[in-house]
This record gives sequence, structure tokens and C-alpha cells, in this order.
Amino acid sequence: MECQRCHNRPATVHLTQLMNGEKTEVHVCEKCAKEKGYMHDHEESFTLNDLLTGLFNYEPKQSFNGQQMDAQQQKEQLKCPTCGLTFQEFARAGKFGCAKCYETFDERLNPILRRVHSENTRHDGKIPRREGGNLHLRRQMDQYKSELVRLIEQEEFEEAAKIRDEIRSLDDQLQQREEGES
Amino acid sequence: MSLQQFMNEAISPWMKQDGPDSDIVLSSRIRLARNFSSIPFPTISSEDNLEKVLNFFNGEFRNESFRDYKNFEIVKMNDLQPIEKRVLVEKHLISPHLTNNSVHSASLISQNEQVSIMINEEDHIRIQLYFPGFQLDRALEQASQLDDWLEEKIDYAFDEKRGYLTACPTNVGTGMRASVMMHLPALAMTQQINRMTPAINQLGLVVRGIYGEGSEAVGSIFQISNQITLGKSEEDIVEDLHSVVKQLIDQERRARQALMHRSGIQLEDRIFRSYGVLKYGRIIESKEAAKCLSDLRLGIDLGFIDHVPKTILNELMVLTQPGFLQQYAKETLSPSERDIRRASLIRERLQLENKE
Ligand SMILES: [Zn+2]
Ligand SMILES: [Zn+2]
Repeated sequence: MECQRCHNRPATVHLTQLMNGEKTEVHVCEKCAKEKGYMHDHEESFTLNDLLTGLFNYEPKQSFNGQQMDAQQQKEQLKCPTCGLTFQEFARAGKFGCAKCYETFDERLNPILRRVHSENTRHDGKIPRREGGNLHLRRQMDQYKSELVRLIEQEEFEEAAKIRDEIRSLDDQLQQREEGES
Repeated sequence: MSLQQFMNEAISPWMKQDGPDSDIVLSSRIRLARNFSSIPFPTISSEDNLEKVLNFFNGEFRNESFRDYKNFEIVKMNDLQPIEKRVLVEKHLISPHLTNNSVHSASLISQNEQVSIMINEEDHIRIQLYFPGFQLDRALEQASQLDDWLEEKIDYAFDEKRGYLTACPTNVGTGMRASVMMHLPALAMTQQINRMTPAINQLGLVVRGIYGEGSEAVGSIFQISNQITLGKSEEDIVEDLHSVVKQLIDQERRARQALMHRSGIQLEDRIFRSYGVLKYGRIIESKEAAKCLSDLRLGIDLGFIDHVPKTILNELMVLTQPGFLQQYAKETLSPSERDIRRASLIRERLQLENKE
């Protein structure tokens, strides 16, 4: 994608602006981002985190006293053991290096995901057959359990008994599978 | 080569089919982003790793068929001339991003060009599936089956909490981008679309004007797609999109009727002027072509013009882009040469209809 402003360089800064309740997407190069004030000049580069911070006031601007510096340093040292990407590098490019990065940066991801996905941080969609492991069964179990509560509240005990049996057999399946894995 | 022949090769077979609500919805698309669990994402992968991914597809899926999608052919970016890449982008078979990382990137394209599986784009795998008209549910169903078919042989990067793991945090979760391409000339003319956009955004959906810079829509073509990929199931996302599109279709039809009723003669005049430009113009810039083609298409839908096929907008939107113009001319063209070629190609195309 080319820069929307100069049409010269590739767009490396992608942001969503909220103005008068309307969202606009902006795709610009680093130079234009600086000129338009999307980026702070004193920093070497702009980070996704800063971007979110700046646009949505998620974190108060940090002042450079001792305590916060420690937190800052810790954040910088966070590094993915599999691909070697640091959190800072992730935040700068806005892209992960590998699947393991999600685990490595887990604690810092929720604020970012919340901003991007309207407050959502957890997957609620498709589960792959093989990689999904026992998730299918566990989701089914959760469904049965809430169904059971509903049925008992409505005093539909016959139906409730059926569901209870389903839960038992699911539980057996789960236990068998988990034993098989270990 | 005659234009007829060129067109037959240039327009994907699925584009020539009619779909539901195709007076307003041009196409429905589902895209799924997937990655191998044990290989770093293409964003930072070494060439060796990228090659591993490509070789896997080359070995496992080349010439495989899945349901109606026969013989996936593998098109490697490194084997293509710049203009050929451009043509594939203009046909929406590959993304511009894929052409940028040419090393070990490719696309598996089904014979009818309805499905393409991009390899080593931003993610290892991007499954993309098009349907003519408004058929999101069907597109999702088939994309999901295609996904299952790949998953039989691939260990996907998946996490219980975050779902399908992708290179960019904007795709994580379902990894799905569902989008619908709509022709909304009456809503655009009456500025109503701008007023509806904020409400649509509130539902986690985005409205984009395509072929335009920023949000300006040239040719009144808009793409509506989901922005959120976490916290909602694929079916829920598609359902939300479905209901918004349904409403836009109703509003557009209502706005067309109102325009006909209130300013029928002005509308008719606008449509025939645009038709005149397309039929007799000698220099047509891409923006003007898009506007006039949109008017012509509206004229066909409203019954003012009855001897030109409805697919003309789809067709010429693709054919009059720089890559296709140059491929047809078999030479590199400057922008002003392109405007002349564009005009003559459109004239030629419309003449083809008059002969029948
Ligand atoms: Zn720029
Ligand atoms: Zn990593």
C-alpha cells in the first residue's frame, strides 16, 4: 500500500482516527506521519502502543521517574523465546513474529486487542478439529451446564436429567482424552 | 486478439454469473488468515522457512481439487512479470501485498478463479473465496470447508484464548474478513451513505469507498466489511454484516425510486450523458470512466437502457485498469495514452453489444 499523502513511499503507519464519532483509516509513510503530527519526533520510531495511547488516552503519559523507568525497561526486555522478537519491536511494527509471541506478550496484549476489537479479547469462533484439542468438548460442556441450570430453574426435571447424563458422558470422554495425552 | 477473446480470458468465470440481489451487490467475499504453528510468520521468516511453506503447498495441494474447485494451479510471484502481477491484483486474485514479497510467495488459484489461496502473504495462508451477488452465507460455508480440508494436513497456529493466531493483531481470533461489494449510486448521489456510515461503524463494520482515495467513492462502489475478529463467531459476524447489507439494499432501492419519482428527467439526462461519453468519448480518465459506468449500470437497472448487459460495470471496471489496458495493448502506456486506450476499449466493448 502506498502512502495516502505523498504517494511516494510505502505506507508503514496505519491508524484509525476517531473524529466526531466517525472512524477514518489513515495509511501513511513514516515521514508523512511525522509531518502530520501522528508521530513524535523525539522518538526514533512510532509504536503501535504509543499510537493507541495517543489516540485513545489509554495510558497516561509516563514521566521519567525511577519507578516508571523500571517498568519501561522491563517492557523493553520482553522477548519471544521462539522468534526473538522483542515487545518493543512488536509495538513498533504492529506485527507478531510467530505464534509463540502471543503467549510471550500475553499480559500486554489485552489493552491492544480491546482497542482494536471493540473491547473483545477472547476468541469465540471456530475451533480447528485437530489443533483445537479438547476445546470442542469443553465448550459443549459449558453449554450443557448452563442449559442444566436453566432447566432446573424452570423445574423441567425430566429434561434436566437427560442433560445431566450428557454431562456425565462428556466428562468421561474428557477424562479419557486427557489421560491419553499425558 | 479480439476484444471478445480478451474479455473471455480476462473476466473470471464466476463474475459472469448472476447472483441474488445482483442489481446492487456485485460480489461477496470471505477471507481467512491462517498460519503454520511451528514456522515464524512471513513478516520475519527466513527465506528457508518461506520456502518450506511454499514447497508444502507445491507438494500437497498442486492439482488437487476440492469440491467444485478443480485443479488448483500454483502461480509463483517470482515467475511473473510486473504487468502480470498487476493484472492478477486487478482481478482481485492476489493482494498488492503478495506482489511485494515476491520471494517464495505464490497463489493457488482454482480453475474458475473463485478461490485463491495466497501463500506467504502477511500470513502463511490466506484463503479467499468470491461469490457473485449477495451470498455471504454460502461463501462462509464453503470457505470453512476449504479451511477444514487444509487443516487435515496442516498444523494451524491456534490458541484457545486468542483463536487463530495471525501476524497482525487486527486479524487474530477468527482470522476472517467478510466483505460485500455494493453499487449504491442513489445513496451516494443523495449523500445518504455518509450519514449512515457512523451507525454502521458502531456495529464493528467498516464502509469503504473503493477505487477512490480515502473515503471518497468513485463509481459509487462501496465495500462493507467486518473490522472485529475477536469475541464473535464467524456466523455472528456474517449475520451482522448480512443485516446491514440487507438494509442498505432496501435503502438504495427506496432512494432509486424516490429519485425516479422526484427528478426522473434529471436522472435520465445524467444516465444518457454518461452513456454518450462512454459511447463517443475519445479520452476518458479512470475516475470519469468509473462515474459514467456507474450511471450506465444504474440506467440498466432502472430500465432506461436495455441492450447492454448488467455485468458491464464489473467487466469494464476490471478491464479499464492500468494493468489490463497495457496487457491488451501489449505495450507499456503512459497515463495519457491509457486514457485514450481506455476510451477506445469502452467504445469497442459497447459496439460489441450493438451487433447482437
Ligand atoms: Zn508519505
Ligand atoms: Zn515469536
